[in-house]
Amino acid sequence: MRRMLLQRLGFVLLGLVTLVVVVPILLVVGVIVARGISAINWQFLSTMPYNGMKQGGILPAIIGTLLLTLGTALVAVPIGVGGAVYLSEYARDTRLTRAIRLAIVNLAGIPSIVYGLFGLGMFVLFFRFGTSILAGSLTLAIMTLPVIISTSEEALRAVPTEFRTVSASLGGTRWQGIRTIVLPQALPGIITGVILGLLRAAGETAPILFTVAAFYLPRLPRSPLDQSMALPYHLYVISTQVPGMPLSVQYGTALVLLGLVLSLNIVASLIRRYFRSKRQW
Amino acid sequence: MVAPPPRSTSGAMESAAARGARPAPGADVEPKVRIQGLSYWYDGRQSLNGVTLDIPDRAITVLFGPAGGGKTTLMRLVNRLNDLVDRTKVTGRILLDGEDIYAPGVDVTQLRRRVGMVFALPLPLPGTVRDNVLYGPSLAGVRGRERLSEILERSLTQAALWAEVKDRLDTPALSLSGGQQQRLCIARSLSLEPEVLLLDEPTSGLDPISTAKVEESLFELKSQYSIVIVPHSVQQAARVADVAAFFLGGELVEYGDGPQVFTAPRDKKTEDYVTGRFG
Repeated sequence: MRRMLLQRLGFVLLGLVTLVVVVPILLVVGVIVARGISAINWQFLSTMPYNGMKQGGILPAIIGTLLLTLGTALVAVPIGVGGAVYLSEYARDTRLTRAIRLAIVNLAGIPSIVYGLFGLGMFVLFFRFGTSILAGSLTLAIMTLPVIISTSEEALRAVPTEFRTVSASLGGTRWQGIRTIVLPQALPGIITGVILGLLRAAGETAPILFTVAAFYLPRLPRSPLDQSMALPYHLYVISTQVPGMPLSVQYGTALVLLGLVLSLNIVASLIRRYFRSKRQW
Repeated sequence: MVAPPPRSTSGAMESAAARGARPAPGADVEPKVRIQGLSYWYDGRQSLNGVTLDIPDRAITVLFGPAGGGKTTLMRLVNRLNDLVDRTKVTGRILLDGEDIYAPGVDVTQLRRRVGMVFALPLPLPGTVRDNVLYGPSLAGVRGRERLSEILERSLTQAALWAEVKDRLDTPALSLSGGQQQRLCIARSLSLEPEVLLLDEPTSGLDPISTAKVEESLFELKSQYSIVIVPHSVQQAARVADVAAFFLGGELVEYGDGPQVFTAPRDKKTEDYVTGRFG
């Protein structure tokens, strides 16, 4: 009897803890939707800002964020997945590879503003890319790499060793085994890691602060070496730097950013579910 | 037909004979695989000690003995699957048709096509029955619909599975029963027409009927292949052995033709194991 009571108490406590986690999320989303939805209309999403950003839309910021995410993906996905394949499939357990792994874990813990300053020094100044989409994408890519590498490596290691052995026993080279069996099996996990990393990149402000973001640039970027507005930075600017900004525009911008991130998240889980259903073990 | 072991007055020679340093029983032709003074260490621990053994062509060689005797290790050395493992050391030689398989310049993938392996657990690859059987040939670059379906039918027939799966070649391999999966794995190895087929307890997870089917197909196959098997019981060992080798603690204790080893073992330890006194 006592044990049953204790168990029930345990369940109630765990339930409360779960609630504590969920409530803030619901509140954040709820408040932003409630206050921002009135600002959302086609014009808001598809036109340039004018009158000191107090009027018009946020199109350049949306496009800028999409371009930055795309650029980040182009750089970070091949390097990150390639690095993960190397670490999980080829690298032997030496002092060097252990040092590399340690470095990756530590990179994931570096504050994003430090990446921003690094990007400024490395890409903007040293490589003379200027404040540009290229410099911003590279900076975001470097910030995203640790996430992509460690989740991809995890996914690759989860594929049973036996598959590799069987492939080798049938005359497959190591790469043939990876290409035909290991990578396809690890794909759902890799995609999840990639998208989580990219979502973080899409929402970051600090790394783009000095490397790409334009305060007020009411036109679309013309080349990778052009500056651009971006949603997180734009949100920061209109919330703190522009006096007399209508509240609905601020919440509307937040809602667009949130919607973008959430919809990418949903796409990610759909892709994951699709590949899971095709997997047979 | 079987040459008696050479009699010798020297004790050292006698022990060499017991370790199998004599021509393979029943082999008046060159043995398919010659293992010479093979020792193996993993992470500093020795698991094979000076094994010398000839494996005849077109016969079933049984490697048996209690767990940890080095049977599986020996098999994985014959097709160099142990290359995938770090921190190992190998001394001695393994000759396939007289050629050292550990010599520099040997194409390991080519070697593994010549020396196929079936594992203790059925390990179908992701994909269909067809995908599994044709995996090896397509990696080897075999193309052409007709060629591939020929290989598919031949391999599955040799593994005594064709009749059961011919109408569901495109269903997932995992939808087959355990016994069928294991025969699928045998077919998968046979698709490459290996010269040597290594089977590591291929029937350990199977029911008696599936076991009988696998054994039957082995009897068929030995007219074409050199077969090496680690059986899952002494009974099975006695049933299938043309040649038998008893392993204990990484050493080859006794080696001779099947009936002799199981009915009149020369070594006391073999006798104890065969009669069920230990193991």
